[in-house]
Amino acid sequence: MSKVLGMRCRECGEEYPMAPVHVCELCFGPLEVVLNWELLDGKLTREKIEKGPSSMWRYWDLLPVDGPPTVGKNVGWTPLVKAENLGRVFGLKNLYIKNDAVNHPTLSFKDRVVAVALTKAREFGYETVACASTGNLANSVAAHAAEGGFRAYIFIPSDLEQGKVLGTLIYGANVLSVSGCYDEVNRLCAEAGGKYGWGFVNINLRPFYGDGSKTFGYEIAEQLGWNAPDHVVSPCAGGSLISKIYKGLNELNRLGFLENSGKEGISTKMYAAQAKGCSPITTAIKNDYEIFRPQKPNTIAKSIAIGNPADGHVAIETVRKSGGWAEDVTDEEVLEGMKLLARTEGIFTETAGGVTIAATKKLVEQGRFGENDTVVLAITGNGLKTQEAVIGKLGSTVAIQPNLKSLEEALHTEKLLATV
Amino acid sequence: MAVSVLIPTPLRKYTNEQDTVTVTAGTISTLVVELEANHPGMGKRITDDQGELRRFINFYVNEEDIRFLEGKDTPVNDGDVVSIVPSIAGG
Repeated sequence: MSKVLGMRCRECGEEYPMAPVHVCELCFGPLEVVLNWELLDGKLTREKIEKGPSSMWRYWDLLPVDGPPTVGKNVGWTPLVKAENLGRVFGLKNLYIKNDAVNHPTLSFKDRVVAVALTKAREFGYETVACASTGNLANSVAAHAAEGGFRAYIFIPSDLEQGKVLGTLIYGANVLSVSGCYDEVNRLCAEAGGKYGWGFVNINLRPFYGDGSKTFGYEIAEQLGWNAPDHVVSPCAGGSLISKIYKGLNELNRLGFLENSGKEGISTKMYAAQAKGCSPITTAIKNDYEIFRPQKPNTIAKSIAIGNPADGHVAIETVRKSGGWAEDVTDEEVLEGMKLLARTEGIFTETAGGVTIAATKKLVEQGRFGENDTVVLAITGNGLKTQEAVIGKLGSTVAIQPNLKSLEEALHTEKLLATV
Repeated sequence: MAVSVLIPTPLRKYTNEQDTVTVTAGTISTLVVELEANHPGMGKRITDDQGELRRFINFYVNEEDIRFLEGKDTPVNDGDVVSIVPSIAGG
């Protein structure tokens, strides 16, 4: 008997067998993998997971693949950093950074989703994989396609940061740079999706892709000693990650693995963070809209610049159900957020991480967290990939000659004396 | 000349697997009615019980999302291309 029963429409409940399809034929709602809980209950234990590999695959029993991972074997199990310095700034005694800026191999949380999607693509027999991407997914699909020997077609908006473009080309993928924003890239891919028989990571492989994000939530809880945090702040783009973190925490609770939760469910509150220049999800939450309104993105946080988020409804429901909230921040605040995290914790995150930090600052000012609450911030990407955002905004280097006289002069004239 | 409508894979069983069909000019609302008339069963897939367009489907007229135009009342003229696209994840 398989650990996965099939798929079910999140919207209308229609059931489907496991196949590379992503939307419900009846209502176009997203399909979700249905785990065989009868098989898991009582058989899967915390000890079994703890003895597993130091990667996301320690949760293999909860992921929608039949066999062992064939690509991305080392993805995940990233550090959960106790952020003492940033915690002092925010007045939080139990602040943590879940740092997927150092995820293996392409330095973003997308490695989690791609490891599952391409392992599944191989199980379905695909030889060519593809994706539409704001950059991080592009990097990860290209890298894992190279590892797995897949042919890859990557579609990106033409205004992407150089680091994201180079970080895709290096793996030998075919990169199609589309003149338009991500939503236009996505529409093109939807139209192309059925045409060529490719495994489209974010289209026909979406249900499996999405489940890779659950491991972000599993790891947080296990790293907190099998406890669900009180609050999680997550950046939102397509809206999938925030709901999958919540799903992951709820699944661990269902299995009875969480010390601080029980039959009444977890009490974790989920918070959505977006840039003001692309904030369909946070705007809907803050204004109590029933459905979000799409936007035309205009922000330096390009990795999360999705104006028409496919899982926007799911993200909004997750935040509301959990009792959380949402905040959006200006591009200036994004930069301040990036600098604040770097200068307190020594972590250089990309613009999306700046969004998370800056939004957290606002949530702190609103008094949404108790001083002793456990607060986890989802840092999902690496700052070296979005250097354009900070070039010219971090001060400049101090130029000197290779001799002590020049050094002394510089230390005096550049007002660096406090350090000598 | 007529209006071309690009049909997504999940709806092609109503169009004998054709990926493009044509309708007469009008609005998105009249387009939905005509699609149902020509391809019985399709209407219920793209609208809900109240007759509203389903929230997980996107309509584009000449590549522009109708939610940035006039929604269901957006005009579709001869020569226009309408895409019906299910929401897609990503990032």
